[in-house]
Amino acid sequence: MLRDGSVKAMPGLNHHTNARSAPVAIRTRDLNLWYGQFQALFDVNLNIKRGIITALIGPSGCGKTTLLRSVNRINERIDGVRTTGTIEVMDEDIYASGVELLQVRKQIGMVFQRPNPLPISIRDNVLFGYRIHTPKETLRHSDEDAIVEQALRQVLLWDEVKDSLHKKATGLSLEKQQKLCIARLLPVKPEVLLMDEPCSALDPKGTEAVEELIWELRGDYSILIVTHNMAQARRASDECIFMLLGKVIEHTATDKMFVTPDRPETADYIEGRYG
Amino acid sequence: MPANPARQTTEVLSNTDFDHRDLDWYIDRGVQILVFLGGISAIVFILGIFIFITKEGLGFILEDFSFREFLFSPTWRPTSELKETYGILALVAGTASVTGLAMLVAIPFSLGTAIFIAEFVDGKTREYLKVTVELLAAIPSVVWGFIGLSIMNPLIIDVFDVPVGLNVLNAGIILGLMAAPIMTSIAEDALKAVPDRYREAAEAMGATHWQVIYKVVLPAAKNGLLGAVLLGVGRGFGETMAVLMATGHSINIPTSVFDSVRALTATIAAELGETAVGSPHYQALFTIGVFLFVITFCINLTADLIVRGIRKE
Ligand SMILES: Nc1ncnc2c1ncn2[C@@H]1O[C@H](COP(=O)(O)OP(=O)(O)OP(=O)(O)O)[C@@H](O)[C@H]1O
Ligand SMILES: [Mg+2]
Repeated sequence: MLRDGSVKAMPGLNHHTNARSAPVAIRTRDLNLWYGQFQALFDVNLNIKRGIITALIGPSGCGKTTLLRSVNRINERIDGVRTTGTIEVMDEDIYASGVELLQVRKQIGMVFQRPNPLPISIRDNVLFGYRIHTPKETLRHSDEDAIVEQALRQVLLWDEVKDSLHKKATGLSLEKQQKLCIARLLPVKPEVLLMDEPCSALDPKGTEAVEELIWELRGDYSILIVTHNMAQARRASDECIFMLLGKVIEHTATDKMFVTPDRPETADYIEGRYG
Repeated sequence: MPANPARQTTEVLSNTDFDHRDLDWYIDRGVQILVFLGGISAIVFILGIFIFITKEGLGFILEDFSFREFLFSPTWRPTSELKETYGILALVAGTASVTGLAMLVAIPFSLGTAIFIAEFVDGKTREYLKVTVELLAAIPSVVWGFIGLSIMNPLIIDVFDVPVGLNVLNAGIILGLMAAPIMTSIAEDALKAVPDRYREAAEAMGATHWQVIYKVVLPAAKNGLLGAVLLGVGRGFGETMAVLMATGHSINIPTSVFDSVRALTATIAAELGETAVGSPHYQALFTIGVFLFVITFCINLTADLIVRGIRKE
């Protein structure tokens, strides 16, 4: 496993401006978020780098899902959500007024905690995003077979489902459903993949398979993954962000965070003192 | 159920009172029996009604009945001096044409309303709309019939320049408006039953609101929507009063929507009071009843099975 251990943590700061400044995939500036009266995120400042896997860890209710869901603006489905500050994805402010929400979501794929394939065929699931985002004139049915095969091969699912592409996706095992949910993001070539505890509904074998797959995707995509599972964060990420009560406590290389964390809260959490 | 009374009397003073039955026990028993009776009463009534109408129609079915005449003759002339003819073809055509037109009216109406309520509004507005739809469903059919007679009739005469406004068009529209609320209500339930995570998944992939509806929600709800339509059809077949008032009640195989027709149900309603109990005419009307019963039963059963099918998935 290759890890980029170049990040220097700066104690006492919420955010880290890396001196060598690798290209940034997601940059948040003073991000605050409220659910009605309840503030869930406080001044979140992050620079999440391109092409690597960044894990987001923290105790239950600390705002991991909330942060992830603001990055593709899917939070806006919920009534009473208010956001201040900015989020830039690939150097573009996604909250700017001229921004086309649908294009934002095309660039940013999301994998949910509970696998949520659509109740249509496996093939149609893989092609869903592609069909939406490809203009009618250039949409060619002859391309579709190749696209389906490529996407399913990338998630290591092709051999298992190639004979049942027309079966309903909701009949698959949870592990295969989750792989399919990753596969359907790939044909539109997103830059960023957001994953909210993608393995929490899976058994250990499924978890291992999906983790392996995520690691395979590393490099082609910038991946931000929420996890409750410390071992998973440690195994399968390059950098790690620790959050507590809506604030970012520490953002540093995974190797470092798990060995010599800068902040006492991080150490406490990693050693299991928050549960 | 009976305990052992002998033991109870001999062991009155026993303090291990295991077979003691207090008031709560009897109440519990009583309620169980009541609920059981309530539960099976629906089945008992349905069976009873079916047996009753079959029995009343039986004499006709066994004696004067000609299957061919009954189903394929367009002549319904039960009181003819020369020869009584009991053909329901024209009546079936009347019912079918009115119901068919009603569905053409009701399906776009109810699906549109259901999609609007389920997918476009929320909070207070949705509650108000749902209550309104349910209120519409509660309008008695005689009121709809009245509207057909006194509003639609002159309107159709005026607009289309036809001699009578009591016809397939009138009854079809009235029946369509009548069936739409209940269809809306069921279709809306079907749309609401589509889990929100499907919508969220599609939105997260960048689908527009309309794409979410027609690529995800409608396909996922299609069985429930089909069920709603079939219930509407069942309603159309069984409806009597409004149809009696709005069709013109004349026996006809319609060739255009401006023809007056007569429905199966309306025939029973209009004629049963004037027949001698047990006469062939009386029995023939009951045979129509059996026919209607079987058809609506099949339609409702299909609708129910389809709706049940989506629940299981
Ligand atoms: N729709 C909502 N309305 C109101 N409050 C919410 C809503 N969603 C989340 N919250 C609150 O915001 C806070 C952060 O929630 P969030 O789901 O982001 O936490 P999390 O870190 O993902 O937790 P978990 O590890 O349990 O998934 C919690 O206190 C939660 O109660
Ligand atoms: Mg969460």
